[in-house]
Amino acid sequence: MPTTTIAGRTLDVNEEGFMTNPEQWDEALGAELAKLIGVDMTEAHWAPIRFLRSDFAVQHETPTLRRVSTQAGIPVKDLFALFPGKPAKKMAYVAGLPKPKGCV
Amino acid sequence: MTETASKRLLVLGAGTAGTMVANKVLHKLPDWSVTVIDRDDVHDYQPGYLFIPFGMNTPKQIRKTSSHFVDSKANLVFGELTKIDPHAQSVALSDGRSFEYDYLVIATGTTPRPDQTPGMLGDEWHRSVGEFYTYEGSVSLSRRLADMTSGKLVVHICELPIKCPVAPLEFAFLADDFFRRKGVRDAIDITFVTPLDGAFTKPVASRELGALLEQKNIHVEPDFMVESIDQEAHLLMSYDGREVPYDQLVTVPVNMGADVIAASGLGDELNYVPVDKHTMRSTEFDTIFALGDAGNLPTSKAGSVAHFSVEVWLDNFIDLVSGKPMSEAFDGHANCFVETGNGKALLLDFNYETEPLTGTFPLPKVGPMHLLRESKANHAGKLAFRHIYWHALLPGRPLGLPAAMSMSGKEVPPAVETVTKPNIPTF
Repeated sequence: MPTTTIAGRTLDVNEEGFMTNPEQWDEALGAELAKLIGVDMTEAHWAPIRFLRSDFAVQHETPTLRRVSTQAGIPVKDLFALFPGKPAKKMAYVAGLPKPKGCV
Repeated sequence: MTETASKRLLVLGAGTAGTMVANKVLHKLPDWSVTVIDRDDVHDYQPGYLFIPFGMNTPKQIRKTSSHFVDSKANLVFGELTKIDPHAQSVALSDGRSFEYDYLVIATGTTPRPDQTPGMLGDEWHRSVGEFYTYEGSVSLSRRLADMTSGKLVVHICELPIKCPVAPLEFAFLADDFFRRKGVRDAIDITFVTPLDGAFTKPVASRELGALLEQKNIHVEPDFMVESIDQEAHLLMSYDGREVPYDQLVTVPVNMGADVIAASGLGDELNYVPVDKHTMRSTEFDTIFALGDAGNLPTSKAGSVAHFSVEVWLDNFIDLVSGKPMSEAFDGHANCFVETGNGKALLLDFNYETEPLTGTFPLPKVGPMHLLRESKANHAGKLAFRHIYWHALLPGRPLGLPAAMSMSGKEVPPAVETVTKPNIPTF
């Protein structure tokens, strides 16, 4: 299992760089991860990230954009504005969670 | 015969899973009272929807009556489901009838929902905005494609999961072949628009299928999350501001489980029933199972999954009603033929743990089917399956295909080299 060092911390990651151990994450680290992909975290950014973390704790799966929009009440359009381009993957990266599974 | 107290099984839906369940349960538990409720008496062979636009199946070949396939000992009821009450163990219909159960199987499937994407429904629905996930849509597309001699054909997936996730790729491949035979392929652009980052979800299949798309000169527009459709301007528009023009759009609308699941508080955000992925039992109610496309199993929504999971479920159900622990675990096995045009197809065989791999099926080296590689034998297998479906699968006869996936014949890729310094993901 590869590891990497971000903000002085050693983290377990997969070959793409996504964290594989959600326990190693806290919000300070989340802010560092966000910087690495060019996102400056604001309260608006934290709302979906906090939802991702709490939903993952229960479902053991990273929620899809639809799930974030219906369960956390944040429109998909807003998620694209906050995390441009690929919000589902970017949010998962910042939240220290696996990429949401594209169902086969 | 198994020794159990005779009880009531209620099955919602007389599609692939529901019909198999009713027939198999009545075979094993002939004293049980089995009631099946469906909206109407129509049973379509849904894989045929893909073939109708290209004249490869006729509408008549794929549509039959449900009652013909459900064991005559079952009580087959037609009506609109309005509410499931899991505490009272009863189900209500819109006409006021209600049915009580000891066990409930929800097999109401998944349905395309064009109402979920702004601009999809409108005057051009089933015209320049086409789809092939319903009988009507498929038949109307056959007329559209017959008339098309030039322009932009766009094959599009709104959002996953969808029923038969390879079908849109197959549509693109068959369209390439269809227009080639008509001699107009050079005048028609084909674009495949997907919310995924490639042709498919899993790496090996994505690579193989992506190569086929390229070879057939089908352009891929990846990571495209549709926001709306502009029917007047003939544009597909994404949340990140991209626009894809079309002359003929073939879209796969958002797929959702039945409204009755939402109305009963039994579903997730797409109205799928959360279930244990090995037993298909509701995570909330011990007397409820969801089979076929109605549950949230993390595998393909496909007929083969319905088939394999019903077989595992049946063994478990017999255990359960005999007072024993359920001894079987479904592995997520799916087995999907992918039409690639020119009389060929490739085959995917996978489960929860193993992604679709290359190799031969079912036997090592001799096959006769090829995994993830085009062959005429695969195509013949796919075409023959319609007969097997009507005459063996639905009646509940054994097909001799093991429910659990086998690694026999599969080529396992070498383990990915350990990356010591992973990059920051590219987005």
